[in-house]
Amino acid sequence: MMIDMKQLPTEELVYGSLACAGCGGLIALRLALKALGKNTVIVTTACCLMAVTTFYPQLAFEIPCVTSVFAGTAAVISGVVTGLKRKGVQGVNVVGFAGDGGTVDIGLQALSGAMERGEKFVWICYDNEAYMNTGIQRSGSTPVGALTTTTPGGKKAMWENRPKKDMLSIVMAHGIPYAATASIAYPKDYMEKICKAAAAPGPAYIQVLAPCPTGWGYDADQTVEVARLAVQTGMWILAEYDRGEFRLTHRPSKLKPVGEYLLKQGRFSRLGIEGGKAIQADVDIQWKVYR
Amino acid sequence: MKATSQDFIPHMRCPLRTMNTGSWRSQRPVIEPGQCNRCLLCWIFCPEGAIRKNPEGLIVDLEYCKGCGICAHECRKGAITMVEDEGVL
Amino acid sequence: MGERRFFNGNHALAHAVRLAGPEVVAAYPITPQTAIIEKLAEFIADDQLDADFIKVESEHSALCACFGAACAGCRVFTATCSQGLVYMCEMLPYVSSNRFPVVMAVANRSLAAPWTMWCDHQDSISMRDHGWIQLYVEDAQEALDTCLQAYRLAEDPEVLTPVMVCLDGFTLSHTDEMVDLPAPEEVGRFLPPYSPRHAINLSEPATFSIGTPPDCYMEYKYSQQLAMEAALSKIPQVAGEFEKCFHRHHGGLVKEYHCADADLILVTMGSVTGTARFVAENLRSKGKRAGVLKVRSFRPFPIREIASALQNARGVGVLDRDCSFGNQGALGTEVKSALFESGSRPQVINFIAGLSGRDIRPVDLEKMFTALEEAVARPGSASPVNFIGLRCE
Repeated sequence: MMIDMKQLPTEELVYGSLACAGCGGLIALRLALKALGKNTVIVTTACCLMAVTTFYPQLAFEIPCVTSVFAGTAAVISGVVTGLKRKGVQGVNVVGFAGDGGTVDIGLQALSGAMERGEKFVWICYDNEAYMNTGIQRSGSTPVGALTTTTPGGKKAMWENRPKKDMLSIVMAHGIPYAATASIAYPKDYMEKICKAAAAPGPAYIQVLAPCPTGWGYDADQTVEVARLAVQTGMWILAEYDRGEFRLTHRPSKLKPVGEYLLKQGRFSRLGIEGGKAIQADVDIQWKVYR
Repeated sequence: MKATSQDFIPHMRCPLRTMNTGSWRSQRPVIEPGQCNRCLLCWIFCPEGAIRKNPEGLIVDLEYCKGCGICAHECRKGAITMVEDEGVL
Repeated sequence: MGERRFFNGNHALAHAVRLAGPEVVAAYPITPQTAIIEKLAEFIADDQLDADFIKVESEHSALCACFGAACAGCRVFTATCSQGLVYMCEMLPYVSSNRFPVVMAVANRSLAAPWTMWCDHQDSISMRDHGWIQLYVEDAQEALDTCLQAYRLAEDPEVLTPVMVCLDGFTLSHTDEMVDLPAPEEVGRFLPPYSPRHAINLSEPATFSIGTPPDCYMEYKYSQQLAMEAALSKIPQVAGEFEKCFHRHHGGLVKEYHCADADLILVTMGSVTGTARFVAENLRSKGKRAGVLKVRSFRPFPIREIASALQNARGVGVLDRDCSFGNQGALGTEVKSALFESGSRPQVINFIAGLSGRDIRPVDLEKMFTALEEAVARPGSASPVNFIGLRCE
């Protein structure tokens, strides 16, 4: 499923949103819709992207959009998929677009149910690694070492101390036909995965790293660079499960030291040398397995 | 206006754009056509989709460009410079 | 031609749903509603109902799935009660304020704690502010008939408000009665196919369930209130249309039993109404002027009809199978509000009884009428709220 970047449609299916300048999530959304095309219904939920696209008087979508309550997104999707089928509407992509909170935490039960039922839909989790819409609180996807407003560091050095929830394993345990991780810095890889997801004969899941300048503490023009460094340092993998077979879709021949990624972001500013070393050690162990 | 029970149902035709978000910015991109090789990376990475692929060259939609600077940062030819701009069209 | 069958309330209601023909059913099991969804699954599996059954993993997801299917333009159905109803609570205002005509059966069951399976109205009553029409039925026939009326009512363009059809758990859900089951063609004459006002349309994209800032929100709420006001006339209208087709009438917003000449009136909801009429009839045969007012529509609350029915009474007892802790029974509070607005000032006693299926026997109802008599004889002497049949003081 090859994408020719020069032949992508010109039409913008989301335009005029109220997102922050340099929003990684918006890049994720815009590129996903370029890959999916106009024959798409998007179901979104409490998250930055819903707040900036569906709030009167600025409605940014050129395609039908259904907003859902936070915990029920995938169940709403099940209803939409089933309902459209009943109405004889064919060949429409039904896409869920949610942040990490709405996927790995509050949205997980409904997502699990929808995957277990096996309905045909694409779930895109744009992962900015915290509850950004409500002001940068930690989520189950916040990485170790990150400062958020609910892991604020302080005198007790209370930054995030729990690893990211391994969503790829969770979704694959449901036996879905396709799942992948992506980064907005690798748009061709991301959009090809979106196409594969849309073609899968059942639930498909994509988790795309979408840096947030506001929440991660870097200048807005660095969003793509940060998303690139995450992959180049091995802190974020580009991988897919296709009909049960796992493979990395990108294998850097040499990984950059994690410091290049961590030092760019204010949210890791309390980590210190020891913290950085611990993270490097974790990445090294993980990549031994991949190699 | 006299309302009925059939008015004010919260589903609405979209898109609806009443705000030009370009007014937010404090800088804007200037694309130098002589240096641009039309690789389209700026077009791909613009979060807003505010860069237009016109045949004459890449044009920025200043009504919606928020001046994030990603295009300038990602351009491999150095063809884009960010200049100060108050978001006034 | 219809047929006479022996059904419990759950099955009667399931048959009504079959006849109404929703396209999507999304429901999660909870005692004592389970037989409704089991029967519907059976109908679907046996080609008696052409619908999709979404095997949701929770009640919250059940109503979310109904919402999604309604966005796609489908007629839908779900059922729940008790913990399930309060679990899906978040979605109740979401569905009602998005003006989708979902019909939901509630097999009324008490709320934990203590853990319980049996009937009272705390579950649906505690959800009364969330913009759903609530109709309370008193027998299996009414459950069936009201479910059919509910679709017609909910889908009326002036209403577009979801409906809860409330039937007492176990007392009605699990008790068999002779029921008239209409034939499909008869139902077809009463209930037209669903024509959605809003549905996903790729050539005319819309955002469903938009957000609004403060200066735009209240108008949507006002519209919901107007829809409820419209329902106040539509509910009796639909009941009347139903009577023309099926020759059965269970009341519109209320149903009066000898209220016009009654000194003492008991106001009831649900299955206890039948027992109350039995007791009232006995009292009348002894020369006491007793009456019963059944409240069928709790939302919208029929202030005028209630005030009118109670206008000649000197003593009014309101029987609540619920309690709004910190005040009193919800029905009691709202009946008093209706009386206040009308200017009537009977003696009013709120009786809290039958919580979690505790039996309300004829002797209990007789005691209520006696208490009303005493209240009328010595105005101001009665305690305004009485918990009936407690094992303690």
